[in-house]
Order: sequence, then C-alpha cells, then structure tokens
Amino acid sequence: MTWVNAVVQGIMLGGLYALFACGLSLMFGVMKVINLAHGDLAVVAAYVALGVVAITHVPTVWSFVLVVPIFAALGYVMQRTLLQASLNRGVLTTLLVTFGLSVVIENALQQFLSANSRSLNIGSLVSDSFSIGSHITIAYLDLVILLVAVAVLLGLQYLLSSSRSGRMIRAVADDREAAQLSGVDYRHVFGIAAAIAFGTVALAGLAFGMYTQFDPTTGSSQLLLYAFEAVVIGGLGSLWGTLAGGILLGVAQQIGAQYHAADQILAGQLMFLIILVLRPQGITSRRELA
Amino acid sequence: MSAIGKATEATGGAGPAVPAMQPAAAIVTRSRRSALLPGVAAILLVAVLAYLPYEVYSDTTSLLVQFFQLLIMASAWNLLAGYAGLVSVGQQAFIGLGAYFVVLLANHGISPFTATPLAAIMTGVIGLPVWWMVSRLRSGYFAITMWVIASVCMLVISQISSLGSGTGIALSGLTQDPSQLSADTYWATLAIAVLVIAGIYVLLRSPLGLVLTAIRDDETGAKSIGGRVGSVQRLVFLAAALGCGAAGASYAISQQFIVPTAAFSVSFTAEMIFITIIGGIGTIEGPIIGTVVFFVLQQTLSADGTWYWIILGLVAIAVAIWAPRGIWGLVSDRLGIRLFPVGYYLWPAGERPRRLIAGWTGARLGRSRRG
Repeated sequence: MTWVNAVVQGIMLGGLYALFACGLSLMFGVMKVINLAHGDLAVVAAYVALGVVAITHVPTVWSFVLVVPIFAALGYVMQRTLLQASLNRGVLTTLLVTFGLSVVIENALQQFLSANSRSLNIGSLVSDSFSIGSHITIAYLDLVILLVAVAVLLGLQYLLSSSRSGRMIRAVADDREAAQLSGVDYRHVFGIAAAIAFGTVALAGLAFGMYTQFDPTTGSSQLLLYAFEAVVIGGLGSLWGTLAGGILLGVAQQIGAQYHAADQILAGQLMFLIILVLRPQGITSRRELA
Repeated sequence: MSAIGKATEATGGAGPAVPAMQPAAAIVTRSRRSALLPGVAAILLVAVLAYLPYEVYSDTTSLLVQFFQLLIMASAWNLLAGYAGLVSVGQQAFIGLGAYFVVLLANHGISPFTATPLAAIMTGVIGLPVWWMVSRLRSGYFAITMWVIASVCMLVISQISSLGSGTGIALSGLTQDPSQLSADTYWATLAIAVLVIAGIYVLLRSPLGLVLTAIRDDETGAKSIGGRVGSVQRLVFLAAALGCGAAGASYAISQQFIVPTAAFSVSFTAEMIFITIIGGIGTIEGPIIGTVVFFVLQQTLSADGTWYWIILGLVAIAVAIWAPRGIWGLVSDRLGIRLFPVGYYLWPAGERPRRLIAGWTGARLGRSRRG
C-alpha cells in the first residue's frame, strides 16, 4: 500500500509541476524561446505575496488576487521591452538574457531579502488532510493545488481555442509572417502570451510557497528544471500532455523517495532523460521536435 | 550588384568598357597587418608568466590560477556557444567530473598532476554518451537538458561514499611542500590554458574552422553549402568537455577539498557565459578580454558576492542586447586588429596592404592566395 500511496502523492505533486510547466510551455510554443528565469519568477511571486500579505493583511490564500494581475502586467511589460529586444537579436541571445536575468533575480533576492528559507503561512490548511482507507492520506492543500492546475489548464485551453486573443496567439505561433500579413501585431500577441505565462507562474509560485519552503536559489535549482522536465515528458504543444508530464514526474519522484529520500530528485531526472532518449517528442505529442 | 548593373547600363552598347572590373589582382590574406608581432608578444607573455613563480609569492600565483581556470572555461564555452551555436548551461557537469576524476585517480595512487590529463581525457570520453543524448536538441532544449545532466552527475556522485558522498572529499597525493605545490599548480594550470587557447586557434585555422565560422554566422546556411555541421558540433562538444574537465582537474588541485554542490555549481557556467558575452562571443580574444574585466571586477567587489553577480548579470544582459559582439567587437571594429588571425581579408585590386608584404606571407607561409 505504501507504493499506492506514493503514486497518489506523486499525482498530487504533479498538479503543482504542471502549473509550473504550462507557462514555460506557452512561451516556448508561441515565442520559441525557453525562459531560463521562469523558476526565479515563481520565487519572486512568492516573495511578493509575502509583502502583499504584510501590507494589506489579506489572508495568504487570497494574495493571488493581487499577485497574479501584478505578474501578468509585469509579463506584458517585460516581453515588450527586454525580451522583445533580445528576441530581435535571435533565439540564443534570448537564452543568454533570461539566464542573466535568473542570476540577477536570485542574487538580488539574496541581497535584499536574505538567503533564509521562507514559506507562505496558511495556518492549519497546510496539514489538514483526509484519509482513503488506512494507508492513503491526502492533504487538502495538495488536492486544491491539483484542482487549481486542472482549472488553469482548462482555462488556457478555452482561452486558446475560443477567444480572440487565443486565436491570435495560435496564429502567431503557427506562422508569424502570415499572421502579420493578416494585420496581427505579433509583438502585442507575444506580450499577451507572456502576460498569461507570468500569471500562471505567479500562481505556481504561490502554490509552491504554501506547499513547502522556498529560498532565493529554489527557482533555478529546482523549479525551472521540474517545469522543463514536465514539458518535455508531456510533449510540446499539448496542455494536457503538460499535466500528464507533471504527474509522471511527480510519481517518479515519489517512487524514488520510497527507496531513499535522496533519490527523489534523481528518480525524476532519470525518468526525464529516459523519455528524452526514447521519445523526444514527449508521451502525448506526435509532432517531431523542431 | 547594383553598381555593376549601372556600370554596364551606362556603357550601354559600348561593350568592352567592363574589363576594368576584372578581379584578377585581388589578394586574400589572413590578417590586415602582419600577425608576427602579436605572435611574438604572446610567446613572450607566456614565457614571462611561466617564470613568474620564481619572482612572486604564492598568493599572486594562486590568484592567477583562478584567472587561468576562468580563461580555460570561458574559452571552451565560447568555442561551444560562440562558434558551434550550442548554448549550454550545464558545462559544470564536466568541471565537476574532471575534479572528481582527479580525486578518483589520486585515491588509486596516481599523482594529481599526472592524473590531470587523464581526468581531462576521461571527461571528454564521458562527453560522448552525453552528446549522443543531447545532439538532437536545439537552443533552449539543449541548454536546459545540459543543466539537468549536470544535476544528475552531482546527485549520483553525492551518493558514492568512496568519493566522500555529499559532504566532500580531500584530494590525496599532494606531497610537495606548500611553495612547490603552489608553483606546480600554477604551471599546470598555465599549461592547460595555453594548450586550450592554442588548440582553439589551430582548430579555427584548420578547414574545420571554416565550417565552424560558417555555423557561427548561419547554421542553416552552413548546412546548405555542405558543411558537416553535425560532426563538427560533436567534435567541438567533446573538445569543450575536455577543456572543462581539465579546468575541473585544476580546480580540484587548487582547492584540495571538493564538495559536489560546489564542483557542480551552475555559477561556473554563469561565469563562462558572462565572461564570454562581455568580452565578445565568437572570437578567441573575447574570452581573454572578458576574463580580465571579470577578474578585476571580482577583486574589487569580492567583499560582496551578491552585488558582484547582480552587476555582472546586468552588464551581460545589456551587452548581449545592445553590443552583441562585446568589448572585443567594439575594439576590433574601431582599430581593425585581430590578435588571433583566423579569418580572411579580401583586398580588392590595387588596394594592396601597405604594411603587410603579401609576397612574403604568401610564399613562405602559404597563407595568402592570389584569386
């Protein structure tokens, strides 16, 4: 039964990873770049939430009402300025710039907010749980995060398939030049996609801060790699693949942790490498890698 | 094109006015001026550097050891990213492996200095299966997958108890007295740095260098004109792994105690990237200039590690966007100099280089051809 429990816990964890991954996947799908500062932005969101709670005294759980719009706006502005400027230079420049951004964010957090671990205090909600049978215990928080992840993915799916912005995003992702010829300003569309991606990354950062402790280095040492692994395992261009990828990664980590606590991260990464070698297009996608 | 078009148009039916444009007397040379002077200067510089341990105290040489390590890593990363178009953020994998191979060999009774070239070669060999895994990946995929591989290497080594697990291990077999040891470390690292830079120079002047330069400028274009892009990238990837392995070996000897989290730290790669971008990516001189800038900054800001990284990161971002050819790009554009002549200059007819004696280079070194 401990194995069944490990799988269940892994599925719960997978929701969190999928939440991290969908922003990365969206930005890669639309702008063809990987934002290496993705994980650090999530950590920044968690710190911003700490500040928001300290100033406004809203309950921590509701801090997302402020933090997510702030990050969406930040995403639009950053895309239209720094990221667009680097995109104009080429894909490799964007990689270097976002990597530089990651280092700057990490060290600025350490400089101004200390290297101490913090967490978002949500009171007893973090430990409340319910049991199925005698061996499987599910924390409410984990379940809520998984449900939020599913809701976000459903929302994204709806947005991309049905809204006007979504149509523009898909058009630009498919063929930028053709979309431009039809009168779409691709830079604005990139901005919208970045706003959505930053909004989801803020949500993921908050969820992570409630789930466990974070410090300035968490973003690059853990979150970016997990998000990327979930994207690759799931396969690009498929939001549900991202959820599946996150869940597979979570399950692999939890099963690894059953052997030895130190094997948790290693198990996830080995699984990622195996998928990469055997099925580089991901488990759900039929498209070849670009 | 348009100029020629106009010329023909203007002459109209007159016809035989065109031969004035014939390119028979154009000259191709390796550099705009003679490369002799920088070459002699480089040899003198290396000679002076090699003599240094007899003149200065070991605190100076150990600073220079750090300098050479940065130079080796940055040059290797520049070859990989600047020429082969492979931006990796996981080169710390090879640094850590190089360091731990030295520890492993030293544990088996091999002197760390003898172990250094072996460790570098072993790291290069490990690069082969890694390349097999990542060769299909491009840009961001390649970059982060390398990071994951570095993380896997660290996690695996952290679990090997004979290598000190996660708490670290002291390098055994360094029996020299302290001043001799620091001099030996210095010479070994200097030798690696000279070999790496000379190796890159020779590689770039070879026919392969032509393919590499073509990849640097346009990968798809290089493929379309028949460049063996895949195999050249593999060669460069393995060479960069070898270089980083050698730097890692030197790191192990200079630190004498290594911990997985430090030996596989992503900040090694951050340093390589920032140095190369600031100095000038895609040139041999860039990483050298960058290392000097970086080193001066490190020594002045070292009291505050985080500020140093914040400033470097911001400068690197600004340079990448607004001056993508870095400091060396600005300098060589203004002055038209190349310390390491790896390209070609085309001199149109009648514009024979003044200071450079074309016949001399052409006949004696075979470096210039009449087109």
